[in-house]
Amino acid sequence: MSYDATFRVWRGDASGGDLQTYTVPVNEGEVVLDVIHRLQATQAGDLAVRWNCKAGKCGSCSAEVNGRPRLMCLTRMNTFTEDETVTVTPLRTFPVVRDLVTDVSYNYQKAAQIPAFTPRPRDADGNHRMQQVDVERPQEFRKCIECWLCQDTCHVIRDHDENKRAFAGPRFLIRLAELDMHPLDVRDRRDAAQEEFGLGYCNITKCCSEVCPEGIHLTDNGIIPLKERVVDRRYDPITWLGSKIRRRPRD
Amino acid sequence: MELERHTYDVVVVGAGGAGLRAAIAAHEAGARTAVVCKSLLGKAHTVMAEGGIAAAMANLYPEDNWQVHFRDTMRGGKMLNHWRMAQLHAQEAPDRVRELEDWGALFDRTPDGLISQRDFGGHRFARLAHVGDRTGLELIRTLQQRTVALGVDVFMECTVTRLLTDAEGITGAFGYWRESGRFVAWQAPSVVLATGGIGKAYKVTSNSWEYTGDGHSLALQAGAGLVNMEFVQFHPTGMVWPPSVRGILVTESVRGDGGVLRNSAGNRFMFDYIPDFFRKETAETEDEADRWYTDKKNNRRPPELLPRDEVARAINSEVKAGRGSPHGGVFLDIASRRPADYIRRRLPSMYHQFKELADVDITAEPMEVGPTCHYVMGGVEVDPDTAAARVPGLFAAGEVAGGMHGSNRLGGNSLSDLLVFGRRAGAAAAEHAEKRAGLVELAEQALADARTAALAPFEREGGENPYAVQSDLQQTMQELVGIIRTAPELERALERIAVLRRRVAALSVEGHRQYNPGWHLALDLPHVLLVSECIARAALAREESRGGHTRDDFPATDPEWGHITLVCTRAADGGVTLSRQPLPQMPPELAEIFAEAP
Repeated sequence: MSYDATFRVWRGDASGGDLQTYTVPVNEGEVVLDVIHRLQATQAGDLAVRWNCKAGKCGSCSAEVNGRPRLMCLTRMNTFTEDETVTVTPLRTFPVVRDLVTDVSYNYQKAAQIPAFTPRPRDADGNHRMQQVDVERPQEFRKCIECWLCQDTCHVIRDHDENKRAFAGPRFLIRLAELDMHPLDVRDRRDAAQEEFGLGYCNITKCCSEVCPEGIHLTDNGIIPLKERVVDRRYDPITWLGSKIRRRPRD
Repeated sequence: MELERHTYDVVVVGAGGAGLRAAIAAHEAGARTAVVCKSLLGKAHTVMAEGGIAAAMANLYPEDNWQVHFRDTMRGGKMLNHWRMAQLHAQEAPDRVRELEDWGALFDRTPDGLISQRDFGGHRFARLAHVGDRTGLELIRTLQQRTVALGVDVFMECTVTRLLTDAEGITGAFGYWRESGRFVAWQAPSVVLATGGIGKAYKVTSNSWEYTGDGHSLALQAGAGLVNMEFVQFHPTGMVWPPSVRGILVTESVRGDGGVLRNSAGNRFMFDYIPDFFRKETAETEDEADRWYTDKKNNRRPPELLPRDEVARAINSEVKAGRGSPHGGVFLDIASRRPADYIRRRLPSMYHQFKELADVDITAEPMEVGPTCHYVMGGVEVDPDTAAARVPGLFAAGEVAGGMHGSNRLGGNSLSDLLVFGRRAGAAAAEHAEKRAGLVELAEQALADARTAALAPFEREGGENPYAVQSDLQQTMQELVGIIRTAPELERALERIAVLRRRVAALSVEGHRQYNPGWHLALDLPHVLLVSECIARAALAREESRGGHTRDDFPATDPEWGHITLVCTRAADGGVTLSRQPLPQMPPELAEIFAEAP
């Protein structure tokens, strides 16, 4: 059942690095993260890698496996042939810290800029009432495990650091969509979505939906409906007229 | 000395449910608050919680109330719980759940639009507020977003290696940034430990690398007591195949939503393992058990929903008797009992997990499951109302605190515990900090010592690799301090732990300080070793079986031991001292709750 696999793993830091080749045993049922751990335990004790749950629930072990953004814990070794070289590299969109660990602080900065959830008051008996059908739409986006694979694959920022300032990335566009669909939230974030978070940069190529390990339909169910809501507000002639007519100054 | 320094009122160690809830409470009380966590924000082990948050909200069963929840909790813990913690927990859990909705949480709903509640082991009524089977993720994300919105400072990927104290109590904490390996110190009169558990002491566990007992060990070293350390929960249903995922959790919701356990002969063996303690409230026939899902008034609970300790022991016995599944577990079958679309809707993460990791379609075939180390009931001995430890300025909440769950925790009571006691700890820590404002100072010598200790693994050459030592420790705990224990095995475990201590003291690591997992593990190992010693010592002393502690040589539950808790403290020589302490007596008005029929 076991065989020796050839792994090429990127080793290095912000100043540079390269792919190093390892021969490492693989057993039945293993995933890429198991093999990386075996490397750590036997050949490269200081190999830097993030991981937590090892069950696809925390979104920590993101990397690029043979060039594709993947969670290493959900990438089964039997998807490769035994003689296939497996290449593991860090997420390209973020600066390398060391080996497979990248500086993902961009995401945390964007998260902090999102206008916070603002609920309507509770009902008189102290409860909030919502219908299941209404919570299911935003619940899809709350499945997000913040693995940042969508951010990594998004071509707006993948090779364009200069766009990071004006563009929050698919993860945060669906966060805005989630808040917009949230039955209790009363805040309007549509202008912010366009002006501060760069909704217009997205040209719906759906790469983010393809890499999402949770199967969230980021583009179809989140970003496109949000774009439509923004358009409704900005190009509806009555809304437009209303925004142009101002009360005459008192004097 | 190169050292980054900060000053806060309250430093919270850990960013799971308890830590974040504590930070929110401390911030709202006006304290300058920092959260320090080993991983990125939002990755804490709380995300792994699947089933739900237990709270007697009575949204589905108007008969439910805090007294019933209190009773279930105490009986689930075989009456060894601290009654006051169990009372506060049952009383406050519903409010803690409701406030999550004010912060954006989206629970599944009842037809009336209220928060839906699901059945779980040991709970008399459907009581768990949930979001499919990813409730922990909803909890952590909600608290994370609230913490960020309030502007609380978060030190991510930062590990605390020491608590700093003077004669008056806590003065702060010392740690390192994982990314750079640089050292950092926080001066603060209050520290809240919310570091979770100890699962990485075992080979088969549902817990992540973070669960190395840091908080337990830091508290013990600072002078606090650890109570109930012999009680370790082995969750009955972990994955058993393939080997690389052995131990990963299979939620109890599978059984709550209709799944049953079968042995290799296809029998629902749990009917053979109903203990007298729960006989009156457990179904005797499969027909009655199956009717219970739709008619709880006239039928009793299926035995698959007995508390976790009972189910884990039963599975263990079936496998030992040769009636196990091909890979050494038993079968958990929901496929033959519920329609495929129901399973996918109620248990989406489980469906996904088995599909991705084991290539098993749980809507078409049974799962193979077996016990996995999941939770430690034991933890820092605290005052129930304030979560304060013996050391002034030190607080503990969540899994790292002890007493709340007695000898066994009911499913769903962990997430509610995090919220109830996280909030209490944060508020009490803020109050303590106000009293001690301007009175604490970090001692330079202590900072220098902490630095030297942290760098020691680099100074030693030719020592062992930390991964090998960790693996031997896990093997020892798994084999000798597991689900079923005996005196000779526990004594052998203590001998091996003594040897492992010498090996840990001689470890060396390669490479440099920047994001070096080998070094990080070398610094975590002394914690996990100290906690392992506490577990083994307490397990050897308690000569009875109760909850998460089963002695093959003392199989009965002994009423005498029902009034005694074991407390570990740090001995002068650095070892662990064990003492017996009487369990606090429940007031008569609460004791009456147990006189009623079930």
